[in-house]
Amino acid sequence: MQADFFAKKRRNSIGFFAILAAITVGAIIITEYDIVKGFESLPRAVTWALGNFYPTQESLVKLPDILSSLIETLLVSIAATSIGAVFALFFALMGSNTTRVNAFFGSISRAIATLFRNIDVAAWALILLFSFGQSSLTGYFALFFGSFGFLTRAFVETIDEVSGGSVEALRATGANYASIIFQSVIPSSVPQMLSWVLFMIETNIRSATLIGLLTGSGIGFTFNLYYKSLNYDIASLVVVTIIISILLIESISNYVRRVIL
Amino acid sequence: MTPLLEVNHVSKQFGNETKALSDVNFSVSEGEFVSIIGPSGAGKSTLLRCINRMIDASNGEIIFDNMNVMNLKKKELKMVRTKIGMIFQHYNLVNRLSVIENTLHGNLGKKSTIAGALGLYNQEEKEQAVKILSTLGLVEHIYKRADQLSGGQKQRVGIARALIQNPRMMLCDEPIASLDPNSAKVIMDHLRNISTTMGITVLVNLHQVDVALKYSDRVIGINHGQVVFNGTPKDITKDDIQRIYGSEAEDLIFDIGGIHAS
Repeated sequence: MQADFFAKKRRNSIGFFAILAAITVGAIIITEYDIVKGFESLPRAVTWALGNFYPTQESLVKLPDILSSLIETLLVSIAATSIGAVFALFFALMGSNTTRVNAFFGSISRAIATLFRNIDVAAWALILLFSFGQSSLTGYFALFFGSFGFLTRAFVETIDEVSGGSVEALRATGANYASIIFQSVIPSSVPQMLSWVLFMIETNIRSATLIGLLTGSGIGFTFNLYYKSLNYDIASLVVVTIIISILLIESISNYVRRVIL
Repeated sequence: MTPLLEVNHVSKQFGNETKALSDVNFSVSEGEFVSIIGPSGAGKSTLLRCINRMIDASNGEIIFDNMNVMNLKKKELKMVRTKIGMIFQHYNLVNRLSVIENTLHGNLGKKSTIAGALGLYNQEEKEQAVKILSTLGLVEHIYKRADQLSGGQKQRVGIARALIQNPRMMLCDEPIASLDPNSAKVIMDHLRNISTTMGITVLVNLHQVDVALKYSDRVIGINHGQVVFNGTPKDITKDDIQRIYGSEAEDLIFDIGGIHAS
């Protein structure tokens, strides 16, 4: 009986890895991917990047332009995230099993959030291009919709996780809905919610670069412009500024997180 | 004496299959200290929560202070809840708020929407909170955050939150199940004291038979959602304990003579 149990476990693991290997090999065959060639091209790519893709003295002239579009991108991301968070908080309160007003509104708000979450930011950008054209407004709304969906989900889980007990206790004292939300749910979940918002801002700054490529605005557009015009030195300067700003934002938000949690 | 609480033919069904309570009957007089004992999953918590309608019972009637709790509208229910304090196994405090804020939460039931949402309390209420906290021995922790306290201290904050409501009755759901024996004794002593000196009716769910027998005026034994014993600690026999906890528990139950002797 016992031997059987372990033999069965081993069979399951072997089966799992066999399936994984089969899928990998199958995918390689279908896409005609040449492993040897793939790895061979890697050194060449590195050599090319080292030879062309670095900032030069002359490219620094463009730095003010780059910085201004970088700041635009940062601000759009922060604005989109914070507005998204306000809406997400409302929908999360409606959607959480602990704080929802009733089951009907609960499932409606969760359905809306799921819809917004499951459409990728890039897909939102493409959809919104039709309405707003190539402008930063398109990028703003794409990020806003994406953050709204994701944050609603994160907030719902935060609320359910941290405030179940105290909500029950306050309900038992006869407290009204507003008191329960503002005296128990919000104080319990604010630090975690802020942490999610900071995470979302970081993520959005990264996506904003990509969305800029699609919507022709912000730092993504600047990069695209110089890259396509073969100004590799300036394009690489753009990349460097993006990396520096992301590291900076990340360390700021890590600091804030340490203080509030 | 007229009973403060009457539970008549109360049943609770979860879904189609599970019957948590079936035809539960008992009554509790003003100022009485009553323990509810029974194995895990017997329906003790469900029963307690049916009384202040944290859970809605399926059938029967629950009369508290001459009102049928089961027919109350939302507003009247909130009124009734302000007269019933409740404490919990896991204390259910807002961990990030201070001891005194958690205590003052007991007043939220009497507040308007705005005052409640903003947490506006007057001087009188704050002094009352300090007074209650000092009787519970928490005076030096007033401004500490709740998550900095030990389990026993947290439970005393829970009691303070219930007491500031100025309740007629306290419902205590496994108040000492997560506590060490020392803190458990402190909590039980406070609860007993509340019942004796303040005349507040106390209804408490317990796992520990010896504690129930030692502190209560009356013990109610529940098994499979039914009341199988209802009497004073003096009257309880080995057979009763067996009926409450099931026959297989026979050898697990300590010497009952020793409990009565203590």
